[in-house]
Amino acid sequence: MDPILSSGDTAWMLISTALVILMTIPGVALFYGGLIRRENVLNTMFLSFITFSIVSVLWFIYGYDLAFGSDVMGVIGALTNPFFNGVVESNSLAALAPTIPTGLYAIFQMTFAAITVALISGAIVERMKFSAWLVFVPVWLTLVYLPVAHWMWGGGFLAQWGALDFAGGTVVHLSSGVAALALVLLLGVRKNSRLLPHHLGYSVIGTGLLWFGWFGFNAGSALGATNLAVSAMIVTNTSACVGMLAWVLMDKLNTGKPTLLGALSGAIAGLAAITPAAGYVNVTSAIIIGFVASIISYYAVSHLKPRLGYDDALDVFGIHGVCGIVGTIAVGIFATPLINSAIKGGLIAGNAGQIGVQLLAIVIIGAYSFILTLVIAKVIDMTIGLRVEDDHEIQGLDLNQHEESGYRLS
Amino acid sequence: MKRIITIIRPDKLEDVKQALEEIGCHGLTVKEVKGRGIQLGITESYRGTDYKVDLLPKTQLEIVAKTEDVDEIVNTIVKSAQTGCIGDGKIFISPVEEVIRIRTGERGDKAI
Repeated sequence: MDPILSSGDTAWMLISTALVILMTIPGVALFYGGLIRRENVLNTMFLSFITFSIVSVLWFIYGYDLAFGSDVMGVIGALTNPFFNGVVESNSLAALAPTIPTGLYAIFQMTFAAITVALISGAIVERMKFSAWLVFVPVWLTLVYLPVAHWMWGGGFLAQWGALDFAGGTVVHLSSGVAALALVLLLGVRKNSRLLPHHLGYSVIGTGLLWFGWFGFNAGSALGATNLAVSAMIVTNTSACVGMLAWVLMDKLNTGKPTLLGALSGAIAGLAAITPAAGYVNVTSAIIIGFVASIISYYAVSHLKPRLGYDDALDVFGIHGVCGIVGTIAVGIFATPLINSAIKGGLIAGNAGQIGVQLLAIVIIGAYSFILTLVIAKVIDMTIGLRVEDDHEIQGLDLNQHEESGYRLS
Repeated sequence: MKRIITIIRPDKLEDVKQALEEIGCHGLTVKEVKGRGIQLGITESYRGTDYKVDLLPKTQLEIVAKTEDVDEIVNTIVKSAQTGCIGDGKIFISPVEEVIRIRTGERGDKAI
């Protein structure tokens, strides 16, 4: 049967695409913007906005083809339509989602690329040169994101091995979390590395937009208005809520009082951890995933980070990296063909080998992203420099990098 | 003439302003300030880590008054700003050499 465009699927995917755009601008921008010193609020938000713009343009020049073009030896896609030339004009349907236009599939995937790179910015805020970030974004997108997306989603070798990542546990959260860790190891610790949010209200709004947008992210990854999208939406919300409750519980047990930032962090931990599993697991599994991910993330942020002494400013590794790993392993345990008939399932469904494949994907993508990020950042450091001058860091980046102020008295 | 500088809890500003108005003391300047006294700050917890915040937000009122009115103003401020808990603030009183109203050029008590 020839593929036919479904207006229902197309409508849902248009909405999902818009929802994921909302996650980066302004979701991530506001979430991160509220958590830093007031002298850096504009720079922090700017990092998300500029990242979205750079990735959006490069995606249609060569990004989509390299990630989702015909497979070349399992490593990268073929660059057959640079500048998206002729793709929209042909009115073709997407090979990987045959009921929606190719262009819609491409722009939906673009939003994932954009948020992945924007997420990394949370680690380096308050000290990285804006010019260095402008170089880092296109290079990291090209050398890290595009191959990794191809390996997992574009028919590359990890997909061929049967690795599962429904909406980005490895491609989005692990790759950005590990890249964040590599970057901060090179950048060093901020002069004032205390996390005293200057405006938690921004972060509340940002988290709300992230949560809302995540339904496009995860349920949209069903690539149609289907039962699978409904299932993905339910487990996404469940995991987020359990993640929030678990972090609040940890706060209560450890410091005696629940905190709002803790609740927001737990929700994001639950959302990030369910992402790779959203199209493969049921509600019971989602409850376990959200709970476990939130608690491990709590310890990574409040114990591991201070012990190891790296300055992941807004805990990109501690939340996204760690939860990407937890969720990806969880797929190997909880995935079930009863939710998604296209897969064999994980350990509980009798396919223990899936855990091995998932672990392999974690190691390969984690190591690749870490090493390549170190190399990219080192080269930038040796050429234009990664870090701002000491006095600029103390005065704040808004004034020194942009000659603007987020707040003024009159 | 005296200058009365008062540091109070920000949420007590409305009570103090209203009480001062009732005794006929209208002129005042208000600033948002940060500081610490014997309380030495508080502890805040973010993502499971505790941070000592030793400068707390306070509100500063500045009033210039006739010397004979100072006691009444001070008593009013104490009464309206007091909660009895640590962190209620302080009042500092110092002499003022001269006051000039810019609009008219009047000086001294008439300019207050």
